[in-house]
Amino acid sequence: MKGAKAEPVIITGARVIDPASGRDEILDVRIENGRICEIGVSLQKDDVQNIDATGLILAPGLVDLLVKTGEPGAEARETLRSAGKAAAAGGVTTLVVSPQTDPVIDDPAMVDFIKRRGRKRAAVHILPAGGLTRGLKGELLAEIGLMKEAGAVLFTNGDHPIGNAAIMRNALTYAGGMDALISNRPIEPRLSANGVMNAGDFASRLGLGGIPAVAERIMVERDVALAEVSGTRVLIDQLSTGAALDVVRQAKGRGVKVHCTVSVHHLTLNELDVGDYRTFARLSPPLRSESDRLALIAGIPDGTIDAVVSGHDPRPAEEKRLPFSESSPGAVGLETLLSGALSLVHNNEISLRDMLFVLSAGPAKMLGLSCGKIEPGVTADLVLFDQDKPWVCDANKLRSKSKNTPYDGRRMQGRVVMTFVNGNCVFNRQA
Amino acid sequence: MTKSYKDTFTGPHLLGIAGLNRLEVESLLDRAEGFVALNRRRDKHLDILKGRTLVNLFFEPSTRTQSSFELAGKRLGADVINMAIKTSSVAKGETLIDTAVTLNAMHPDLLVVRHSASGAAALLSQKVDCAVINAGDGTHEHPTQALLDALTLRAHFGDLAGIRIAICGDVVHSRVARSDITLLTLMGAEVRLCAPPTLLPASAAEWGIEVFHNMGEALDGCDVVMVLRLQNERMTSACVPSTREYFRYYGLDRAKLSNAKKGALVMHPGPMNRGVEIDSEVADDPAISLITEQVESGVAVRMAVLAALAEGEA
Repeated sequence: MKGAKAEPVIITGARVIDPASGRDEILDVRIENGRICEIGVSLQKDDVQNIDATGLILAPGLVDLLVKTGEPGAEARETLRSAGKAAAAGGVTTLVVSPQTDPVIDDPAMVDFIKRRGRKRAAVHILPAGGLTRGLKGELLAEIGLMKEAGAVLFTNGDHPIGNAAIMRNALTYAGGMDALISNRPIEPRLSANGVMNAGDFASRLGLGGIPAVAERIMVERDVALAEVSGTRVLIDQLSTGAALDVVRQAKGRGVKVHCTVSVHHLTLNELDVGDYRTFARLSPPLRSESDRLALIAGIPDGTIDAVVSGHDPRPAEEKRLPFSESSPGAVGLETLLSGALSLVHNNEISLRDMLFVLSAGPAKMLGLSCGKIEPGVTADLVLFDQDKPWVCDANKLRSKSKNTPYDGRRMQGRVVMTFVNGNCVFNRQA
Repeated sequence: MTKSYKDTFTGPHLLGIAGLNRLEVESLLDRAEGFVALNRRRDKHLDILKGRTLVNLFFEPSTRTQSSFELAGKRLGADVINMAIKTSSVAKGETLIDTAVTLNAMHPDLLVVRHSASGAAALLSQKVDCAVINAGDGTHEHPTQALLDALTLRAHFGDLAGIRIAICGDVVHSRVARSDITLLTLMGAEVRLCAPPTLLPASAAEWGIEVFHNMGEALDGCDVVMVLRLQNERMTSACVPSTREYFRYYGLDRAKLSNAKKGALVMHPGPMNRGVEIDSEVADDPAISLITEQVESGVAVRMAVLAALAEGEA
């Protein structure tokens, strides 16, 4: 596994794309001691293991933020091991796990537990996110300093936004002294109560309660304002509307330290995918209008969006086989993150380099991680994929313990062939 | 050297450090120094305040400040009464001004007041005919605490000019900090603040002093470290996550103190939360801890203030 000493290996003939530097050429990459040690044309192959990657793309492994697992507390849903397998098959080499577990991750002992458990059981790097408030109740600050020291990379209340502006201000102010990154889900809770999908004409026709776009914009405006007065960085976790994205774009323009993410589902699907009450398309935040989707894509090349995430949220069938409004929101996504993102490239909606940037270098930079690039000396966390490979997504074949994907039955193009973590091959589709 | 009338402090009230000038402060400290010597004698009694009435009006519970004022008054020969607020008419709904008017009719000469509302002492001073001494108003000022701190430091450094003092802890809720910052700066000391940002006023950086969030950096080169009390109700709130996290980053222990100058002195206005803002090993080290000296200075400074106000009135 990833901890074992990696044999030296040389990947030959791949189109190497390093989105951070802009490098994009056919090269050989030599990996030794778990690190990239040489990049060049026709490297000497000696007698090391040679992986012929002709026709494939070699890119930095994906970094996915705020992945939910069920460990501890709901292992039937997802464990760190099963999430790690799904991640490896999806080309994700680093994942940040959400503190929404049972018990929640809100003290340094839990952070340490997740780190050690992840190291032992998962094929990829597991980084814990700490709870922002105790018990994720949104009232008292959690031990941000101690958890950061224990290895928590960011602090969040998960899907539950901090509704109280005074608590959010204190959290940001306190985090500033600890140099900690705070993340909040942008939804004004009182404006979205009882909502189950995007508010609008389609929801009205279906007779479903709506979550208005303005509920997101108000929260983003609030958090941007609080970040501005406190001088602390804030991460807006999973935007879904163009209006809120504009707020982030303007804030960045005037130098506010704000980051934002968007899920691949919100870039590839819209509210019409709810169709005939498909609960697998019930997400949090909800799928929005087509104009929102297009606006979000435009936020990638101009740098407004820092990271594209899977929003991985495993839900068992019994939470989905229910009337729409009674079902749980959420979709798994680790394994389909790259393929979903590549569909935008195939549709000429975005360039391959821009897309890969927000999947690897963007989130790595935001978290201050050294991964997310292909350079000599860097840990060899890499994904090798076939950009054009057609396949049909079959939910039952996903490696996650839960199969709730809105991509079920969808024709995809582009698929992971191999994934490397610390220079070890942790996934090989041909094997 | 001849002194003008403004060279010595004469009142009519002591509501805060703000408004005092350096010579006034020094006149009080000079006077207090004499009382320190007096208090160490067997016979501590003077009759400077003979026939005067001192009323201790404490709307907030206090042990050391109240007894310090009581002793100060008694040693100077005043008649002292302590108003027990819980059993007083305030508990029956009387307003602060009504209480003041009622008390005033009893003709006290010196009124020492502590109240949870900022500005309460100033309000009271407008309604009574006697001298009012602020013994702590809300999160505004606690002038005698700052004076006793200055007196304690003067005993060690002679001159406060140029010494570097870090004030650490809950500044935003502290009247002690506000008075100390004003006074120590007035006396030429270099004051720094160190606390989690949630316990600092947002505008602290505009006070002309350096602000830190890291004890190691804040204590660098310090002659004195003054630790503030973290009030119980702040310990687990949206300001600070837990006492253990607070102690880990802001509790003064030997390790953090090692960043200060060798032999740096430690102060605390009391009462201490051991293991929260200060480690017992530091608080109880007689070589560096000034904490009991601060209490001794307190009585002397309050005697000086009472004497000066009584003189000014005469």
